[in-house]
Amino acid sequence: MKYLDEFSDPELAGRLLDEIRQTVTQPWAIMEVCGGQTHTIIRNGIDQLLPDTVTLIHGPGCPVCVTPLETIDRALAIAADPDVIFCSFGDMIRVPGSTTDLFRIKSEGGDIRIVYSPLDAVRLAQAHPEKQVVFFGIGFETTAPANAMTVTMAKNLGLTNFSLLVSHVLVPPAIRAIMDSPTRRVQGFLAAGHVCTVMGMSEYVPLVEEYHVPIVVTGFEPLDVLEGIRRVLVQLEEGRADLENAYPRAVNFEGNAAAQAVVHDVFTTCDRAWRGIGTIPQSGWRLSDEYADFDAELRFDVTGITAEESKLCRSGEVLQGLIKPIECGAFGKECSPRTPLGAPMVSSEGACAAYYQFRRLAAPVSA
Amino acid sequence: MSDNTTQVDLENWSCPLPLRDYPQIVMGHGGGGRLSAELIEHLFLPAFSGGALSDTLMQLGDAAVIDLGGPRLAFSTDSYVVRPRFFPGGNVGDLAVNGTVNDVSMTGARPIALSVGVVLEEGMRLDELGRIADAMGAAARKAGVTIVTGDTKVVDAGHGDGVYINTAGIGLVPEGVDLGPHRVRPGDVIIVSGAIAMHGIAVMSVREGIGFGSEIVTDSAPLNGLVAALLESGADVHMMRDPTRGGVAATLNEIASSSHTGMSIVERSVPVPDDVRAACGFLGLDPLYVANEGKLVAFVAAEDADLALQTMQAHEYGTQATIIGTVVEEHPGVVVAKTGIGGTRVVDLPLAEQLPRIC
Repeated sequence: MKYLDEFSDPELAGRLLDEIRQTVTQPWAIMEVCGGQTHTIIRNGIDQLLPDTVTLIHGPGCPVCVTPLETIDRALAIAADPDVIFCSFGDMIRVPGSTTDLFRIKSEGGDIRIVYSPLDAVRLAQAHPEKQVVFFGIGFETTAPANAMTVTMAKNLGLTNFSLLVSHVLVPPAIRAIMDSPTRRVQGFLAAGHVCTVMGMSEYVPLVEEYHVPIVVTGFEPLDVLEGIRRVLVQLEEGRADLENAYPRAVNFEGNAAAQAVVHDVFTTCDRAWRGIGTIPQSGWRLSDEYADFDAELRFDVTGITAEESKLCRSGEVLQGLIKPIECGAFGKECSPRTPLGAPMVSSEGACAAYYQFRRLAAPVSA
Repeated sequence: MSDNTTQVDLENWSCPLPLRDYPQIVMGHGGGGRLSAELIEHLFLPAFSGGALSDTLMQLGDAAVIDLGGPRLAFSTDSYVVRPRFFPGGNVGDLAVNGTVNDVSMTGARPIALSVGVVLEEGMRLDELGRIADAMGAAARKAGVTIVTGDTKVVDAGHGDGVYINTAGIGLVPEGVDLGPHRVRPGDVIIVSGAIAMHGIAVMSVREGIGFGSEIVTDSAPLNGLVAALLESGADVHMMRDPTRGGVAATLNEIASSSHTGMSIVERSVPVPDDVRAACGFLGLDPLYVANEGKLVAFVAAEDADLALQTMQAHEYGTQATIIGTVVEEHPGVVVAKTGIGGTRVVDLPLAEQLPRIC
């Protein structure tokens, strides 16, 4: 099938793996930033096929995983309100808050809807003027344009019963935080292709120059990921640090100007807490003051809700690439998709869930 | 990593935890995954056990086989609460007939008769109900079974979803036919009777209002003819199961677990239509976990693989029958897939229904 089969062709994959083996002369550690790429890597067993000297570190790029517990608790408080229809992307539904999750709130009578497009939430608001409709707008730059569109649409329609609970995060500040970390092991990055489809590549130029680290914009099919890895390794072996685009069928340098315009109109940059990592300066988007009327946190007065993470859960270290999920003592014991302690065990893009689902056999864990 | 390295405790993973997390029913309890299994094991089985045929219940088959001291009766029941009621290629009516016919057939039995119970919601349109009833009658005639008894109840508006249908079915197991997990053994080939994931995607395309360019239709079909042909061919069939809720992945996991064997499948060999694969990619779903309503998975002795395959391919509901893997001694209870590019991964029992991914 076009754009799927040809990018998971076993023969071409074999050739790329051969090239990678011939390229590598010493150990290297590469981070794939995006959870979608982590999913591809684990689902296809790419990390097992690479030479032992190449370590893949799974980055903080699962939007569900890095959404702070506090925000989830606020979402749960809003969703429990009987006057609210709470709309969310599917994989947010099972993410545990401090004491409950959206599934349970639904079972207790909460009106929770999974939507595929954020604009469906706006349509629900039109159809249910007697209800408050809230959309849980999370994600990286990829989902931001559609989430922003909901607000411009609601404003144009004069809707007073629609609001957005925003917890947007941004990739470049996260890369900066990882490079500034004293414990960092990462020597090269696969940048998230779909983030760059929206934002373009210019934000990564200063990172490459300042940190002298190779960054290759990479897609999501198995061959895309292998090609991204190959290009980072070639740069590392040659001592280069360049910004390259290995996903030209979706990404150009400028990005999508229309999407950037709506995002910059609706959102403004802010400091943002990342679950398990902490606050990264200027690493998120919130609704700009002009659109404060559509801010669900203000409308439902939930800004006072605070929360503390489970002590057992080491998702922070997983998300920073300091440990593999199987090195966490709670992995597969206290923490499983059945009883997740941290978000990376919930989303299929989460590193812990990906390991749990696909990698149980090969999993020696340190006690 | 410390020196004190231990193997991950596989036993601990498959052992269901008590029902402590959810004091209420959540949708996942009906998803056919781990939550469903726990509900049955911890709530229903203890309450239902103790009868003369308790052992039959404990086998937790989609259909029970009851020995009447001569003929053996296959008996099964299923309820249909699908939304929307009409979807490309079918509706809740033919689904309710085919589903129970198939559950009975998987024991090797020839289905004979069905009961139908309908719970109607006040306000349900009679013309719609008529179309559903017509579809049930047509499906029963096509399958060669008779609807012999039934029941109708009406609930207040707002207390149902238009119509819920329960069907139960009985059939006779031919002499000498003995299918089940106890007969599955390492070396068996795993055959799927055709392209997978069509029903789930067909329903989702209507429910979520997503068009995929071409119309994906349900594969809903009665499989009793295919089963009869397979058994009559003389191929040494060890077990069959229709991979409905939870898809092929859930079926393989259940059988791996109940037969104490490992399953090894080759992902690339699993037939998935192009448009279904595209829809799954778009929604972030794995076709192995998506429901089928007209497919079966057969476990066949290796030496009869060709015979079984040819027999199935000659039947109208098995033209795309394919060997997707083998039963192995290694990793009992676990399903492992060789991935498209040559890696491996564990195909786990889903916790509940798959959730569409964010991006």
